[in-house]
Amino acid sequence: MTSSPAPTEVEQPEADESVELDQPWVTIVWNDPVNLMSYVTYVFREYFGYSEAKATELMLQVHHDGRSVVATGSREEMERHVQAMHEYGLWATLQKADT
Amino acid sequence: MRPFKRRKRGGVYAVFEAAEAHLLVNLLGQLVELLRDRNGEDESAPDPLFAQLGMGGSHVPPDDPVLQRLLPDGYTDDLDASGDFRRYTERALSETKVANARTVIASLVEGGLDPADVETNDAKVEVELDAAAVQAWLRSLTDIRLSVAVRLGIESDEDLVAVADSDDETVVVMSDIYDWLGYVQETLVQSLG
Repeated sequence: MTSSPAPTEVEQPEADESVELDQPWVTIVWNDPVNLMSYVTYVFREYFGYSEAKATELMLQVHHDGRSVVATGSREEMERHVQAMHEYGLWATLQKADT
Repeated sequence: MRPFKRRKRGGVYAVFEAAEAHLLVNLLGQLVELLRDRNGEDESAPDPLFAQLGMGGSHVPPDDPVLQRLLPDGYTDDLDASGDFRRYTERALSETKVANARTVIASLVEGGLDPADVETNDAKVEVELDAAAVQAWLRSLTDIRLSVAVRLGIESDEDLVAVADSDDETVVVMSDIYDWLGYVQETLVQSLG
């Protein structure tokens, strides 16, 4: 339930062009007026394994900017993160990273 | 309510008035009903293969605004991907929310609440939560706060002010419940820190 993302992708052969050209995906958490700042920070610490400082920074970014990229990686991995955020009651979406 | 506190040997505990515990059970019951209305009676006992294949899952967002918030889209920029994501994940998400609500109700019953007895109001309900129950409580409290917020029309920080200033009796009552749920959750989060 509280697993941190494992770096499973590093085993990919670097010469594989499809891997190199693959645009990474991102998980975005959106601001809402309901979730407590303490809770959002807790979720970022607990689920992603971020430090208190990093989790607080991301929470404040969500709060002030309306959204924050909280993770980057493969599409499958980001879909798992988004589902986990929805379980926590945070509104999250995934999309291709901006180039 | 006596706020959540951490035990020295692990776990957290809190004491609720019977009326507060009944209120939680009532809100959780509504939540479960709403999710079941969307996904049917077999919510709590899904066929694993069925679920794995994503069969029976809808790719269309729910009509109800509360369900829309509890089971949100996974993509903002790709309708097809959003539909597929919903089809493959929504049921599992919904089932998890139902299971969490049941865990919270079970903790209250274990703490001495008789859900059928709404007359006895002087009893206290002392809940003890282990690590797994804490996770269920955090998520379920969020789910019911989100539900109440949607019904109150809270979509922005400005709406919070409007709700707080409202003279409408229903809004005042619901707003008090909303604030109290926030307090419960805040003390739970703080107890884990």
